Amino acid sequence: MNSFTYTRATTLETAVQDKASAELAKFIAGGTNLTDLMKVNVEGPNHLIDIRQLALKDITDNADGGLRLGALATNADTAYHEQVAKRYPLLAKAILAGASAQLRNMATNGGNILQRTRCYYFYDTATACNKREPGSGCAALSGFNRIHAILGASEHCIAVHPSDMAIALAALEANVNVTGQQGNRTIPFSDFHRLPGDAPHLDNTLQPDEIITSIDLPAKGFAQHHAYLKLRDRESYAFALVSVAAGLEMDGDTITEARIALGGVAHKPWRNREAEDLLTGKSATEENFKLAAAEIMREAKGYEHNSFKIELGKRAIMRALEQAVKMSNKPDSHFHRTSTEPV
Amino acid sequence: MSTEYIGKPTSRVDGRDKVTGKAQYAAEFEALNLTYGVVVSSTIAKGRIKAMDISAALQLPGVLQIFTHDNRPGLAWFDKSYQDEDSPPGAPFRPLYDEKILFSQQPIALVVASTFELARYAASLVKVTYETEPHVTDLNQLRQDAYTPSKYKSAEPTPRGDAETGLAQAAIKIEAEYNHPSEHHNPMEMHATTVAVAEDGTLTIYDKTQSVLNSQKYISKIFGLSTKEARVISPFVGGAFGSGLRPQYQLFLAMMAALQLKRSVKVVLTRQQMFSFGHRPATIQKLVLGAQANGALEAVVHEAIAETSQFEDYSENLVNWSAMLYKCENVQLTHKIAKMDVYTPLDMRAPGGVSGMFALECAMDELAYATKLDPLELRLVNYADKDYSEDKPFSSKELRQCYQQGAEKFGWNKRNPKPRSMREGKELIGMGLATGAWEVKQKEASAKATLSVDGTLQVSSATADIGTGTYTIMTQIAAETLGLPMEQVTFKLGDSTLPEAPLQGGSWTAATVGSAVKQACEALKEKILAGLRSAKDSPFEPVQTLEDVVFTDGRVFLKNNSEQSVSITEAMRLAGENVLEVTITAKPKKNQQEYAMFSHSAVFAEVRVDEDFGTVRVSRVVSAIAGGRVINPKTARSQVLGGIVWGIGMALEEESVIDQQYGRFINHDLAEYHVPVSADVHDLEVIFVEEHDDIVNPIGAKGLGEIGIVGAAAAIVNAVYHATGKRIRNLPITLDKLL
Ligand SMILES: Cc1cc2nc3c(=O)[nH]c(=O)nc-3n(C[C@H](O)[C@H](O)[C@H](O)COP(=O)(O)OP(=O)(O)OC[C@H]3O[C@@H](n4cnc5c(N)ncnc54)[C@H](O)[C@@H]3O)c2cc1C
Repeated sequence: MNSFTYTRATTLETAVQDKASAELAKFIAGGTNLTDLMKVNVEGPNHLIDIRQLALKDITDNADGGLRLGALATNADTAYHEQVAKRYPLLAKAILAGASAQLRNMATNGGNILQRTRCYYFYDTATACNKREPGSGCAALSGFNRIHAILGASEHCIAVHPSDMAIALAALEANVNVTGQQGNRTIPFSDFHRLPGDAPHLDNTLQPDEIITSIDLPAKGFAQHHAYLKLRDRESYAFALVSVAAGLEMDGDTITEARIALGGVAHKPWRNREAEDLLTGKSATEENFKLAAAEIMREAKGYEHNSFKIELGKRAIMRALEQAVKMSNKPDSHFHRTSTEPV
Repeated sequence: MSTEYIGKPTSRVDGRDKVTGKAQYAAEFEALNLTYGVVVSSTIAKGRIKAMDISAALQLPGVLQIFTHDNRPGLAWFDKSYQDEDSPPGAPFRPLYDEKILFSQQPIALVVASTFELARYAASLVKVTYETEPHVTDLNQLRQDAYTPSKYKSAEPTPRGDAETGLAQAAIKIEAEYNHPSEHHNPMEMHATTVAVAEDGTLTIYDKTQSVLNSQKYISKIFGLSTKEARVISPFVGGAFGSGLRPQYQLFLAMMAALQLKRSVKVVLTRQQMFSFGHRPATIQKLVLGAQANGALEAVVHEAIAETSQFEDYSENLVNWSAMLYKCENVQLTHKIAKMDVYTPLDMRAPGGVSGMFALECAMDELAYATKLDPLELRLVNYADKDYSEDKPFSSKELRQCYQQGAEKFGWNKRNPKPRSMREGKELIGMGLATGAWEVKQKEASAKATLSVDGTLQVSSATADIGTGTYTIMTQIAAETLGLPMEQVTFKLGDSTLPEAPLQGGSWTAATVGSAVKQACEALKEKILAGLRSAKDSPFEPVQTLEDVVFTDGRVFLKNNSEQSVSITEAMRLAGENVLEVTITAKPKKNQQEYAMFSHSAVFAEVRVDEDFGTVRVSRVVSAIAGGRVINPKTARSQVLGGIVWGIGMALEEESVIDQQYGRFINHDLAEYHVPVSADVHDLEVIFVEEHDDIVNPIGAKGLGEIGIVGAAAAIVNAVYHATGKRIRNLPITLDKLL
């Protein structure tokens, strides 16, 4: 770990200014991802701006009927928030499928969607990685790529985005509010993360001087019909091999709107509008789910160790849709804090 | 009586210290003028260091020295000096010896600085240029290069009969290959050494180790120190599982730096560096079983290939289990090893047994289906009533009881024999079983017992407690033997000045050190009696022998007249003794050699497999253990539970993945090296079957540190087959293999 200076930002303006003034500056929120990466010399900021004191922790109603999640609200506080649990249980489930209770207590919403890939090669400075060191190559392409991308990858990078929360936010069509030196702007969630292309070192479209202030959830929460399904190598504390966030609007047996976002398969939360359209106006049958799953995976490409994700992904999509349809609306036991979490 | 402790569930005597943080581990000791060493690790697997630029790092104020192969002090010359008590044949790795790189993450420099953070930063500034050579790190490609070691580290394969003829006669034959990957111990506590240098130059070495004496001998030989100069202390170990059986390189580096700088030095490895030394070797195992139509084995062939390093011939008892576990005339065994550009493998919980019996017990399962026998029935048909490999009777063997009690508790009779026949919704349910065995050994060990006139007893031996509960059971044994309340007894370990004990491994500590503790306390009793005999005002008349008295509740009672008793402290006072002290050495009895001594287990597992996703959940496990006398059912149960959990890991999750491009373990942290988490662990039950054994040792305990893991993985793998009809022979069974 290199030495760095540290300041605590007290206002949004100073935070943004401070960030813009030092090229190697970084914001630190929960620190659960950034400090790990600093310890293994993947991130090397010379200046840390602690933003935890900024007043961005609230979760409030929006005029349009949606909900605003403060960037600095913790993952735990968000998942257990009464309104989130009631109106956006898909999001709550996705958050709670991630990491561990302890990590979720520290992790913030802004930090979560900015967390970096868990690609082994990104983490190990002894290996080639275009994301970590542009131009050095991609060791995963010909290496152990079991956890890597099957959709939207490039010859420069086959890493996947690791966040669970982001997959639900993609399905919910959230908006990310940011503030920079030029003022405020809102980034639709589908434009927030990028595909690697020839610049895999850029995970997203946030500009260097910009800070995430909040995430807006639109009114539609798919509380009646949704599922978050996460498939992984152990029951907890492991990243998704494939995850599916599904949200459906139903009229009787007919699907009137479908949202499907996939995690663990691409450099960003993966959505395919054509596949969703295939389901719109159709009845909720296995055949229709199959068609949608096939459409999503149509252009999927496996590498030496991860081809299984294509079939696994299809099955996961079908199961998630099935669960979303059949959902019973019993209160979910997921939303109770465990004894390790503060109240 | 209130001072009977053996066999009673007893909480850990060190539990409170551990949960309150009072227990100190190697990296937690403070020392005068402490400095911090951080290890720089090689990024290549094979080749040589062409150049090392340490100038930028060295310039930082506060960086004291950067040790490399270029500037290290002269050291012991012969391989012998670097060999330790657990060394396999060969030339041990010498840190910073020369410019050659023998494995990825080889330590190539130690940066010592006034703070940890600075040392860490400076380490990142060390620039190394390498000349790489092609490496080999794929065991699969080395099948043809595998060789028979000129000397086996532990057991030599012991074939018998004529397997070829046996197979020719067999009505039913199965042949299959089973593989499992390298696994790393990954104890919670990273390896660490703090070398404290006092004002007068006295050294105290705090090391994470399974034997302070092993560490002491190692550094004494290398650095030319007397045992008095090299005092090694290791009171608490945060798990080791075998990783502390050999002195690891942080000990060497911390010592070298402390002696050179004449200052205290602390070196702690990172989690990533925990993948830079010994590990369970990957194996490729071929099993051929031939049987009569009724399941009786005609022949067993077990051929294994395992990895070793370029510099040492590591081998373990991998195949001999196939000669002892079942009755069979014809057994053919081979165990070859293949040199890879990795560090030498190292004993890891039940070394060889876990790997070898995984293959054997999966093969037995396959044979059960081929012979259309219940897997349990097949084991009973081939039940070994003696150890056929050595033609010796067992000192005791209650495996039949394990099968019976385990099956009953588990509900084995509810199993539909047909694979893929049991389900609940989308979950396929499977039940599997496996047998386990582990060798019982008693070694030589010494213990010292000191009884004070205030009634407190201190017993000590230079053994270790790696989380197994040694402190507790030794306290129980001492307290019960001398008839004192446990609160008055303390046990000391982990200090090289204490009486000699062997490595803490092989599940022999309870038996070995326990016997010494017991004998030391017996000797104290003699002394107390002798005191009573010589005392003028002894309440006992006439003078008694040990046979005539009972020590309990802090008193000595006359056997034939329990009205007559005297407190132990009073007895000492009467004899004018302030302190009684004995040191004894307990040796295994010769007659042990006439017997085969093993603990056994029968493990029953139920799994639930999602038929679409191939995700496996181990819903239930029952492990029935025949392990002789159980000294402390509470800590014993914990040992077995831990073994089962590790079996879940081995079957479903654990794999140290080598990236072949770099010859490097690539998933080298606990986010990506998966071990079971609580959510993976469901209903576990442990049964200790009654087993009486007078031969294994004076206590009758067989040791329970390892038996719990043996067989657990195979039972789960067999259950997965029963659930899905898919036989997975490559561990771990991750979901992609079942899709
Ligand atoms: C062992 C382990 C397992 C995990 N498992 C999972 C899992 O299964 N699923 C999952 O989804 N996640 C998982 N996580 C990741 C965890 O969710 C993230 O580490 C966490 O969400 C990051 O939030 P943070 O506030 O700590 O971010 P930080 O580490 O503080 O920051 C991360 C990045 O975001 C930047 N940043 C933070 N806040 C802002 C802001 N408001 N504006 C601009 N930039 C900002 C920082 O500069 C930094 O670059 C796991 C983590 C660990 C360590």
